[in-house]
Amino acid sequence: MNTPALKDWPLWEVFVRSKQGLEHKHCGSLHAADAAQALHMARDVYTRRQEGVSIWVVPSVSITASNPDDKGELFDPAADKIYRHPTFYEIPDEVGHM
Amino acid sequence: MYTQAMDIPDESGNPGGKKLSVVSAPQSEQEAAFEARIDADGRIEPQDWMPEAYRKTLVRQISQHAHSEVVGMLPEGNWISRAPSLKRKAILIAKVQDEGGHGLYLYSAAETLGTGRDEMIAGLLSGRAKYSSIFNYPTLNWADVGVIGWLVDGAAIMNQIPLCRCSYGPYARAMIRVCKEESFHQRQGYEALLVMMKGTEAQRRMVQDAVDRLWWKCLAMFGPPDADSPHSAQGMRWGIKRVSNDELRQKFIDATVPQAKVLGVTLPDPDLKWNEARGHHDYGQIDWQEFWNTVEGNGPCNKERLATRVKAHEDGRWVREAALAHARKQQARASKEAA
Repeated sequence: MNTPALKDWPLWEVFVRSKQGLEHKHCGSLHAADAAQALHMARDVYTRRQEGVSIWVVPSVSITASNPDDKGELFDPAADKIYRHPTFYEIPDEVGHM
Repeated sequence: MYTQAMDIPDESGNPGGKKLSVVSAPQSEQEAAFEARIDADGRIEPQDWMPEAYRKTLVRQISQHAHSEVVGMLPEGNWISRAPSLKRKAILIAKVQDEGGHGLYLYSAAETLGTGRDEMIAGLLSGRAKYSSIFNYPTLNWADVGVIGWLVDGAAIMNQIPLCRCSYGPYARAMIRVCKEESFHQRQGYEALLVMMKGTEAQRRMVQDAVDRLWWKCLAMFGPPDADSPHSAQGMRWGIKRVSNDELRQKFIDATVPQAKVLGVTLPDPDLKWNEARGHHDYGQIDWQEFWNTVEGNGPCNKERLATRVKAHEDGRWVREAALAHARKQQARASKEAA
């Protein structure tokens, strides 16, 4: 793998699991020289008040995001498929909760 | 902690300034979509198209805010080694650490707009960028630390709560995090003052002295009166600013008067009195000449604060370089092993 030479501390995205059983959630970003330092700094910056039990750090450049210009193309088709939602179906009252 | 500098032009330019009309005629499809989202009180995210002036205004405002958090560590940091007890010292260290963290949240939010943190910090260290003028006053006695918590952070909270609904997503999210932590700052300051007020006559005098020196500076933190605030209208239009300077200032005064009474201090304004008809307190004239003088770099501590930041940045250089050298070495070793 040909990794480009580091010039500045790269940017990392930080994800924190607030408690066991919940997912890791994006909470911000920071600059750090390497992964170990990024974890260390994320702990100091984002979990000073027991906000987390686990941290992920991911180099920001590794994230591939959808293009906002494609938003319509990607997400609008779901808008007219109301039959994908349970409320689309009418069930007689006497059936009760379903 | 917080900056009033929201609508203080930097020397680097005057984006979002007078040359912009408040309702700009949509010129493109993208611009129309942007305006429509703002009108619908929607949020703008980093990858969305946005007008250049919106981007520049945000970079300026968020970076000034970040700089204020960082410079704001200095007046209180002066007292860490002289805190009157281990408890107060631990509290103060925690608070100053929070301010550093707030700076980081905000720099990160500003970076999503495409301006690097290095660039913003270079702006601060060169004196080009502004930060809150409240930090250009000295902290002369221990009560100043309490008053900074109670009044300066109190004013900050008043200002920052509406920013949690800012139209720019990353800024709003950073502010939510900041506001959660800021409440501790205000309460610890007020409580420290309560303790002093129960102490000796000399301690009570220290509290009154600190309030006398800082009260008017805190009122100025909300920025110039609405009539003299050229950026405000555009900021409101864009959903960056939600509540006007004067309205926030009034809210702060109304909230603070009863707190001062409980504490047993006098707010140094002979014109301060309840106005039944308005349902608010009337207050005296703020010295805007002094405010602008400090913003322009001639306050009592401007030079000292900047020099301290420059020295800290220079002193930390070897750490930044060593961490980078270490990371490069690890990277080289890893790719050699892989080969």
